[in-house]
Order: sequence, then structure tokens, then C-alpha cells
Amino acid sequence: MAETDYTSTELLACVAARLLEDRKSVFVGTGLPMIAAMLAQRTTAPGLLIIFEAGGIGPQVPVLPISVGDSRTFHKAVSASSMHDVMSIAQAGYLDFGFLGAAQIDPYGNINTTVIGPHDAPIARLPGSGGANDVGSFCHRTIIIMRQDHRKFAAQLDFLTTPGYLTGPGARERAGLPADCGPHRVITQLGVYGFDDATRKMYLMVVHPGVTVEEVQANSGFPIPAAEPLTVSAPPTAEERRILREIDPEGLLITR
Amino acid sequence: MEILQEGQGQLVGWHDPDENRQWVLENKPRDLRDKRLTVAEAVARLVPDGAFFASGGFGHVRVSMAAIYEIIRQGRRNLIMAGKTAVHDADLLIAAGCVDRIEVAYAFGHELRGLSPASRRAVETGQCQVVAETSNAGYQWRFLAAMMGVPFMPARNLLGTATLAHSSAKVVADPWSGKPICLLPACYPDVALIHVTRCDIYGNAQIDGTLIEDFELARAARRLILTTEEIVPIEQIRDAPWRTAIPFYLVDAVVEAPYGSHPCQMPCRYYFDEDHIREWLTRSRTVEGTAEYLQEYVFDVADFDGYLEKIGGLKKLHHLKLVEQMRA
Repeated sequence: MAETDYTSTELLACVAARLLEDRKSVFVGTGLPMIAAMLAQRTTAPGLLIIFEAGGIGPQVPVLPISVGDSRTFHKAVSASSMHDVMSIAQAGYLDFGFLGAAQIDPYGNINTTVIGPHDAPIARLPGSGGANDVGSFCHRTIIIMRQDHRKFAAQLDFLTTPGYLTGPGARERAGLPADCGPHRVITQLGVYGFDDATRKMYLMVVHPGVTVEEVQANSGFPIPAAEPLTVSAPPTAEERRILREIDPEGLLITR
Repeated sequence: MEILQEGQGQLVGWHDPDENRQWVLENKPRDLRDKRLTVAEAVARLVPDGAFFASGGFGHVRVSMAAIYEIIRQGRRNLIMAGKTAVHDADLLIAAGCVDRIEVAYAFGHELRGLSPASRRAVETGQCQVVAETSNAGYQWRFLAAMMGVPFMPARNLLGTATLAHSSAKVVADPWSGKPICLLPACYPDVALIHVTRCDIYGNAQIDGTLIEDFELARAARRLILTTEEIVPIEQIRDAPWRTAIPFYLVDAVVEAPYGSHPCQMPCRYYFDEDHIREWLTRSRTVEGTAEYLQEYVFDVADFDGYLEKIGGLKKLHHLKLVEQMRA
């Protein structure tokens, strides 16, 4: 049974979790990606292999970890190893999905998490790549979760931290990045986006309940074509919401 | 090999491999020696002004905070930091004016807890300079190259991005496949500070939980300070030698520092002190609040034990232990 009083974070977590496939592997970063991966593991993808960059491999994460190095990231894991191990298996092709956040994204799914304004005279300094460049370079399919507005969906990034499709078809391969991988979906508070095979540019696939195409366009700094027909995402079910509260009992994230 | 692209970031911590071999030959003894020092002695001897240093652990996990607070207490200046997912340590050291340059994989943030007011202010006003950008694997594999004694590590990250343009990496054509490949230069920090679960007086160390980057960092750094939750007899090490993550010949100082990672987490021992981290993040919103925090928790206490008393002593530390065990 669907409910209507869910928070935007609950919806994003559910939409992200449903994109993950059972018996696949996922490289998980701090925050919403953790919640989404944990929810997927407890619902549609019990065989999901969760991997954290500090070395947690195949854990049964009990409650939301605060950090990707937190001991909860290797709770009942099959291995507690190292970053070298995790980054190496990612580079060697073992990681199917990777999750990313973004301060800015462009039509090709390139991401900025480094700086707003010039690099040598920042208006706002952000944390930098962290493991994002590695996830975006190595994982077969990356899923980006972010809040969207007309500045964050930018025609031109202030800084290209993490590769999406760079300048279009074939650009990743020409740059030397691993072949046939890149951004798969972008999930925002308004909808879900995919990337056109011919242009490698973002298009709107799904809107969330109550969201219009006009609203999506008003919250983007570049034009976004919409798929025909456009589908509407299913709201969180009571069961999904119950599990989310179990994952994040203190409401660190899901209440936002 | 044809160079296809060169990053314009500053190359920090690189040495010619033969020069570094010679340095190792002259400076790293191969015999078992008692290396116990106080944290004040270790920092005074091994962390000079201007040093390029790296901190072990990851984010707020298994960080040698006892050494970090001591660096601030001793007023070190002009340090260059490896921002290899450097969070609480970097924030405090930049805020205290100890670090004025940083190579960044990840800094100025506290993961889920938000951005770092103090160190962002320092970067946005030019008080601290970002000398180069890289990624977590980028840093990791710079240490790997150094540990192996080779000048660089080839990798398939950074390619095609501004991160590469602002890094110290270069791109060449792989002589086998012909595809562009990123070469990450070796990185030998002058000194590394690593907090471990247990070690003996010679520095043979075990780490419970993930090693993160510390296997490679310990072998890449020229000087290595270990702070440890406890010192154990060498027999305990020899009974399970497969558990040794860091062997003695890499280690220059052993400092016994129980709860030495507070307010960060020590896996299998104690959890993050969220109250204390929140207090820092709140007070560091202003320059005055930052100075007051440092005065209260660093300069007005004699040492790390004094700090532990101040943050709540045994009662607080016991609570953090229960939270780590998911019993509170």
C-alpha cells in the first residue's frame, strides 16, 4: 500500500534501491547510497554484494554507518581488506554499480565535487574527488543521486572532477578510461534520468508523483528532452518505509 | 614513451627511487630496538616545521588524534598534508595554522556531518593552499609505487578530467595496448602518523578492521610514528605473525596512547564521539570559536590524557565502547 506523507529522501532511497539488481556488486559511498544499498539488500536484491572503499566487502550492514570506513561497513562481512584491494577489483572490472553524489552535473553526466568558482580563487571549496573519480572511472554503471536546481544541472561545470561521458560518444575510450561503462541513471528529487545511446546526453525517463516536465526544465541549466511516454515513479511502500526506519533509526537522513 | 598530457599540480613527496634507497640504507635500522617515546617526544623529533606528512586511517576512522593534538600544541608551522580523505585531522590542523598546503583527494568535509567551516574558510581566504588534486585511489597508488620502490604506478583513473589537469600525474600511451594510461608519481611522505590496535615496543603492529591505506602508507613514508591502543609482548606478535600489518623496521616511534583516536572511531574498540565532533563543527563556524576550542581542548590541557578527562573521561569513553559494540 502506498502512502503519501513520505519524505523526499525516502523516495530517493526507494527509487535508487529498486535500480540495483540482485546478485550484482555495488560500490557504495556515504549517505543516501548506503541507505539505498541496504534497502535493496533487505528487499529486491538479497544477493547484492556491497563494497565500501575503505575495505569492507560483502557486509550485512546493521544500521546506517556514518562513514565509509566505519566498522559497520564490515559488520558480518566476508572480508575486511584495504582500499588497494577494493580499488583494484573495481579497476579490474568486478564492480557492476557505483553510486555518486554531485554538486554540479552537466548533460553528459560529468560531475563536479571540487570547487564552485575558479580553482585558485574558490567561491566555495568542496571536498574534492574522494573516491568519486575512481567510481566514475571504473564501475560498469554509475548511478548519481543529487538534489537538482538550475545551477546544479549546469551546461558548463566549474570543475570536471569525475568523468561521465566527457564530450560524448567514444570520448571515455579515447581518454583511456575502461570501455563500455559510465553514467547509467541520475536520480533527483524531481525524477530519474537516463543517457541517450546516440548522443550520451541526459534525458528525462521518469517523474516523481506530482512533478511536471515544466518543473523539471525550470530546474535545469540545460534543455532536457523527455521520453515518450514518460512514466511516474511508484511512491515508497509501507514496507519500504518500515525498513528505512530500521536502517536509519535515528533519522539521520530519512527525515530530510 | 610519448607524454600525452601533464597535470599542472605540484609534485609533492616524490624522490628518485635510487635516492630513496640510499636514504633507507642510511636511516632505517634493521635490528629490534625499543622505540617507545611519549607523543611529545615523537612529534618533537620526527615532525619538523615544513614537513610533508600523511595521517593513517580514513575520514574519522582510526586517526592518530593524540599526535594531531600534539602537533597543534607544539605549534608546528608550514606543514604540507596528504589530504587522502583527511577529515577531522586536516580540519583541526588547518584551523590551527599548522598546515598551509594540502594535496587533496578529499578534505574540507566531514562526510554525513557536512562541510568543515574552519578549513573551508582557510582555503577560500587563501590561508591554506590546495597544491594539487587527486582521487582516493590516486593517493593510494602513489603510496603503492613508493612502497614498491618504483617511480610511478600506471592506473586508469583521473583520465579525461580537471582532476588530472590539477594533479601531478602524467598521461602516456601504454606501450602494449597503445591506449592512454595515467601514471601516478610515487609519494614518500616525510612522516606518517598511524594509530594501531596493538603493537610491541619495537613497532610490530596489528590492526583490527580494515587496513584502509595503511599497509602501503606505512611502507611509503620515510618516518613512521605509531600510536597504539596498547603495547603487547613480542610473543603475542610471534604467535600470529600473519596478523602483522606493519613490521618493526618501518617504525621510528611507538607511542602508547589508549583512546588515541578520540573523537574519531577505533574499529572494534570505540565509536565516534558525535557530541564532541558536533561541538567542534559548531564552534569552528567562527574564527573566535575556533580559537576558543583550541585553547580549551589543546593548549589548556597538559597532554592527551588531560584532553580525555576534559571530554568526559572514563564515563564517556565507556559509553563510546558500548556504542561500538552496538550495546548502547
